[in-house]
Amino acid sequence: MKRIDSPKKLEDIRKEIIGARDPDKPCITICSGTGCRAFGSENVTESFRKELKKHGLEETIDVRTTGCHGFCEKGPVVVINPHGIFYQKVSPKDTNEIITETLLNNKVIERLLYTHPETGQKIVKESEIPFYKGQMRVIFGNNGKIDPTSIDDYIAIGGYSALSITLTDYSPVEIIEIIKKSGLRGRGGGGFPAGVKWESCRNAAGNKHYVICNADEGDPGAYMDRSLLEGNPHSVLEGMIIGAYAIGSDEGYIYVRNEYPLAVRNVEIAIASLKECGLLGENILGSGLNFDIKVSRGGGAFVCGESSALVASLEGRVGEPRAKHIHRVESGIWDQPTNLNNVETWANVPLIINKGVDWYTSIGTEGSKGTKIFSLVGKVNNTGLVEVPMGMNIKEIVYEIGGGIPEGRKLKAVQTGGPSGGVIPESLMDVPVDFDRLTDVGSMMGSGGMIVMDDKTCMVDTAKYFMNFLRGESCGKCTTCREGTQRMYEILEAISNGDGKEGDIELLEELSWAVAEGSLCALGQTAPNPVLSTIRYFRDEYEAHIKEKRCPAGVCKALITYSIDEENCTGCGACKKVCPVEAITGEKKELHTIDPDKCIRCGACMAACNFDAVKVV
Amino acid sequence: MARKDTITINGDEFSFNEGETILQIANRNGIDIPTLCYMKGLNPTGACRICVVEVKGARNLVPSCATPAMNNMVVETESERVIKSRKLNIELLLASGRHNCITCEKNGDCRLQDLAYRYKVETVRFPESETRYETETNALIIRDFSRCILCGRCVQVCNEVQVNRAISYGYRGSASKIVAVGDLPLNESDCVFCGECVQACPVGALTENPSRFQGRPWEVEKVQTTCPYCGVGCQMNLHIKDNKVIKITGTEDVAPNFASLCVKGRFGYDFINKPERLTVPLIKEAGSLKNASWDDALSLTAKRLVDIKSKYGPDSIGIFSSAKITNEENYIAQKFARAVIGTNNVDHCARLCHASTVAGLAAAFGSGAMTNSVADIEKSKLILVTGSNTTEAHPVISSYIKRAVESGSAKLIVVDPRRIPLTKFATLWLRQNLGTDVAWANGMMHVIISEALYDSNYVKDRTEGFEELKKTVEKYDPAFVSKITGISADDIIKAARMYANSRPASIFFAMGITQHSTGTDNVKSMANLAMLCGNVGVPGGGVNPLRGQNNVQGACDLGALPNVFSGYQPVGDPAVREKMEKAWGVNGLPETSGLTITEMVKGAQDGKLKALYIIGENPLVSDPDINHVEQGLKNLELLVVQDIFLSDTAKIADIVLPSASFAEKDGTFTNTERKVQLVRKAIDPPGKAKQDWEIICELSNRMGYAMEYTDSKAIMEEMNSVTPSYAGISYSRLENGGLHWPCPAPDHPGTPILHVGTFTRGLGQFHAIEYIPPAEVTDEDYPLYLTTGRVLYHFHTRTMTMQSEGLNELSPECFVEISPQDAADYNIKQGDLLRVHSRRGEIQAMARVSDQAIKGTIFIPFHFAKAAANRLTNPALDPIAKIPEFKVCAIRIEKV
Repeated sequence: MKRIDSPKKLEDIRKEIIGARDPDKPCITICSGTGCRAFGSENVTESFRKELKKHGLEETIDVRTTGCHGFCEKGPVVVINPHGIFYQKVSPKDTNEIITETLLNNKVIERLLYTHPETGQKIVKESEIPFYKGQMRVIFGNNGKIDPTSIDDYIAIGGYSALSITLTDYSPVEIIEIIKKSGLRGRGGGGFPAGVKWESCRNAAGNKHYVICNADEGDPGAYMDRSLLEGNPHSVLEGMIIGAYAIGSDEGYIYVRNEYPLAVRNVEIAIASLKECGLLGENILGSGLNFDIKVSRGGGAFVCGESSALVASLEGRVGEPRAKHIHRVESGIWDQPTNLNNVETWANVPLIINKGVDWYTSIGTEGSKGTKIFSLVGKVNNTGLVEVPMGMNIKEIVYEIGGGIPEGRKLKAVQTGGPSGGVIPESLMDVPVDFDRLTDVGSMMGSGGMIVMDDKTCMVDTAKYFMNFLRGESCGKCTTCREGTQRMYEILEAISNGDGKEGDIELLEELSWAVAEGSLCALGQTAPNPVLSTIRYFRDEYEAHIKEKRCPAGVCKALITYSIDEENCTGCGACKKVCPVEAITGEKKELHTIDPDKCIRCGACMAACNFDAVKVV
Repeated sequence: MARKDTITINGDEFSFNEGETILQIANRNGIDIPTLCYMKGLNPTGACRICVVEVKGARNLVPSCATPAMNNMVVETESERVIKSRKLNIELLLASGRHNCITCEKNGDCRLQDLAYRYKVETVRFPESETRYETETNALIIRDFSRCILCGRCVQVCNEVQVNRAISYGYRGSASKIVAVGDLPLNESDCVFCGECVQACPVGALTENPSRFQGRPWEVEKVQTTCPYCGVGCQMNLHIKDNKVIKITGTEDVAPNFASLCVKGRFGYDFINKPERLTVPLIKEAGSLKNASWDDALSLTAKRLVDIKSKYGPDSIGIFSSAKITNEENYIAQKFARAVIGTNNVDHCARLCHASTVAGLAAAFGSGAMTNSVADIEKSKLILVTGSNTTEAHPVISSYIKRAVESGSAKLIVVDPRRIPLTKFATLWLRQNLGTDVAWANGMMHVIISEALYDSNYVKDRTEGFEELKKTVEKYDPAFVSKITGISADDIIKAARMYANSRPASIFFAMGITQHSTGTDNVKSMANLAMLCGNVGVPGGGVNPLRGQNNVQGACDLGALPNVFSGYQPVGDPAVREKMEKAWGVNGLPETSGLTITEMVKGAQDGKLKALYIIGENPLVSDPDINHVEQGLKNLELLVVQDIFLSDTAKIADIVLPSASFAEKDGTFTNTERKVQLVRKAIDPPGKAKQDWEIICELSNRMGYAMEYTDSKAIMEEMNSVTPSYAGISYSRLENGGLHWPCPAPDHPGTPILHVGTFTRGLGQFHAIEYIPPAEVTDEDYPLYLTTGRVLYHFHTRTMTMQSEGLNELSPECFVEISPQDAADYNIKQGDLLRVHSRRGEIQAMARVSDQAIKGTIFIPFHFAKAAANRLTNPALDPIAKIPEFKVCAIRIEKV
């Protein structure tokens, strides 16, 4: 890599890279994000390479492994350029056909196309698929266009132009003004105005200022930041360098959990290439800016996503939050002024500089500007990562982008904000995704988790699930959080076991109050949210568990029994075959029965039955 | 002028200083906010959430311990919301484990219990949590995790006060546990059993095992006194029940230790109550010791002493006084020697530890004691520690040093051949060859002078002899010094620059400097270095010898030395003698210096000394070249031993007199920083044992010189009248805390720092000193060096510590510490039994292969009589101080 020591050099190199590339050259783009990898995309890539070699086409057809495209439900995802043909669920056995048919003969393979679930129509291009059509992929969209390990790819799509503009045209204070005017709010959960934070950090007295990227994404089911770091690390790094310039920092850290090996690898590769070409180090782009970034790997404690615990962990101490009156911007790492933003926040920065405040503020609502990436999971057809403008309502996200609820079931609620968020019932589905409005309905934006629940989801069970997570992830420092979350979990467990008592709901509410009131950090202060929001909207469901010993959604095992319907049973034996505990008896073609004492209520028989004969009572 | 900021608490307005927390303001104004995790003086962790208060406008309740006050803040400390939160918090804690009070050691002294009572938590709505972690028991500490409320006070004191860094938080959430490294049991971990955690525990999770079921908090009486072990002078509370010491805790809020103790101080008290204590006098009849009455024993002693005196003259009698007994008793012992026997043959074990310090510093400064106070460590910018394994020999002072390094207030240079624990904290560690201290000090001074880093004004105005020093150190350039010391030239330069450029810098040393045949030279070199950089007579600076015995400083101060009366008044000075003769009502006090301990032993061997009266010393283990000591003692016509146990030396005595331990007497000790502190009687002595001063007085009365004192206070009053440096020290003043001598008048505040403005001798004296190798060097027959020292868990000849089961369990026997390289050369494995020979004797002990040792030098602790290191050591003496070279001799080893 050549040294890039001036804005002009950057543009020259950009031209050089683009000039050397043929825009019409065929390219197989394979998603190598975590979701697609889990579906085997690495084997698909290998198979493509092998087949191309066999055909002698290595030179004429490019293979590019990219970051996550977002549509994880349909992985492994392959896009054939220049025409943008979108293939889903591709396996190694399809690769030869794709080369011979699509690439050599310009034929589309119908079988691998996405089918519109309602119209049954086959869709060829990625951009035409409803999942993508409703989105506004300004941050996340580049994931599919670049190889994250290639700085050339990033430069080719305009990378580091925002940095170049920043260093050439603006003073640090002007950059802070731009960020303030853009209305960018922290995407990590708190929603604090980023520009204000930068300004306080810049103005704080200290020997040295630090910037930190919080990549300790810990919410179960959320992987937005992971996918950004894996798929487009340079966008985050560019944001950090601009931030360092604005704040007056010469040292930055990326705190990323060790369970994200690909993110660690890609970001380390990106940093190494930046150092090689001089975009990190001394006198960046000849501007006099010195800045270096180190990667620090966390051990995977949820609480280390909390800024003060993160700082403690970074310093090598036990990852526990510290007193709140000490402001990170004034006294963060090594007691020096420290500005901490999360991955997605940093990735917004180059976009704002490049496209301008007016463009950016045109997206979103009054109090929440820009887009937000959500991890759309749960009982929804199109699970994956979706980026939408702030203000879109949840119903649109679930139905138009998410494709609705599988098996035509009824939407019951959507949980947002991660484990410390809350559930929003179906009746409030038109609430827009906006920091303040989500808080109004008892949930929160959080870092962008969005779990869709259908009518077979039990709200006591949901609350129990989250309390189980939180009691295990409480660092254990504050009495209220450590003991309180444990007790709340125990009470929820008792309720779902049929041992609920009169007064349990009130005790849960009292504990919720005490945990929120008495705990030091956001983990404890928001820990009761899953319980409070489910009680708020589904109190009757709690009461059914406690008073009638009944789980209306048919989930809590102690409160349900499985039985076989005489009318519907054909005696096919499918249920008997899958039962792991031999609780089902019955001769071929005769009525089968379930022994309730042996039955462990795993539901395998119900899933196996083709005649709707297994019932839950 | 800006208006003072105010805060309103419970409706009343208070002013405050910036940075003060709500809790501090409340405490200052008598408003009681309950706490569990809060530790005064440490950074608040805000963990327990009991101290939460309501702040107007704040979204949540805030922890008062961790929330700084702000102007116009309005706080309610007992609002309904606050009480509701505290009640539920207490309820959660009560349910979190097995908080049954009936057999809990902390019943009646438990903060959780108090809180439950205060907030009327009568019922607990949650089931008791299952005990997740088994109770862990070792000889000293019981860790009952079912009672642990995870307040973290133990972790804080371990890491921030003692800086032992042995425990931390493990696991998460309700599975949280306070763990040692790797969640190992304490006795397999880095724990040093100082027990600071036990004292900090507000509930019954951490308790002292030896105190279990010995008494309940309301049954004990607590008596504050001074620790009987090393010279730090820790203040401790003896917990007394039925005339027995059942527990010891550090006294809170009092210098020098502010509640800290070490394992010996906290757990090494078993000896007080042991049945092996001497309870009646013993007289040797037909070769064996028989019980006797005080009358018989004292009359016999008096008669024999009078006979010997008249037959051979007064100088045929010698007295070993003691660094363990009080100032008053030392005063009486030397008075007895001089006024009653008529000899200056009185000395004590300081001869074996800091005689060279007294000689060296007296020559350089005019006064031979620690120049600065312990608390001054907090003001140092650089601390140089040499020849002191501080964490093991002076643990509480080592914590001051570790805290200074950890807080960033000071850098630390360690100069020591062994990888002592302090090296982990050192900015720079110089590993010198044994006995080359003058060389590295000269090397540092060479660099400091040649780079003009010294304090030229100080040198000009306050010292003399600089030119001679400069000339001498000229040839000690780093390359030359490196050859002698084995320290790299670079490190010499680094250390010199660091020391010279960080002021004030303090020097701490102990036996590694003093116990050499060049001990006095070594000490003078330390004085040279300190004066060169203007570090004497300033806060945070100084030359600070760490004294190893509780009252070794006091024994020296009160004249238990052959050349001086109390207060270092020379026996050779006629005016002084005249003053003493007048005060004591005698004539013709001896005017020539008497014999030192080592000379008295030699005199006994030679037959010149006929009688020896030994108080609380055990030369048969403590003195060098024991084989010769034994011959000497057996050669005596009369050996009288006054002790609390039948020590090895007492066993061969003609008469043994049972004395009282520190817990059984009133008086004063003077600690290493020259601070005189009270010793208070907590229990009666066992059987017929008497206080040491009482025994000597009665003996004196029988020898025709009346010594009539009503109590130790009366002795102090006499000391005041004849000892200028102690003149202003009285028991009533000491009740309010110790006083540093010199304290010449009742209204004098004491002198924590010596030589401010002017040295005791006027100008500070530089000494130009050449390096001289140790008296015995290695050769073909004895190819390795031996150095000796202490271990944390034992004290001196183990007379006291061997009585403690817990201490014995932690350190059961002698060992030979040997470097991995030497071990490989000799094919020695961990635990092999070794035989160690020197020219003077041999012992056997287990090998401990450790990188604490440096190649070529083995280390053996000197505590163990069975494998007494002093059978090997070299009695070669420092020519001035007569201190033996305990720290260097040549040996050879072989596997048994």
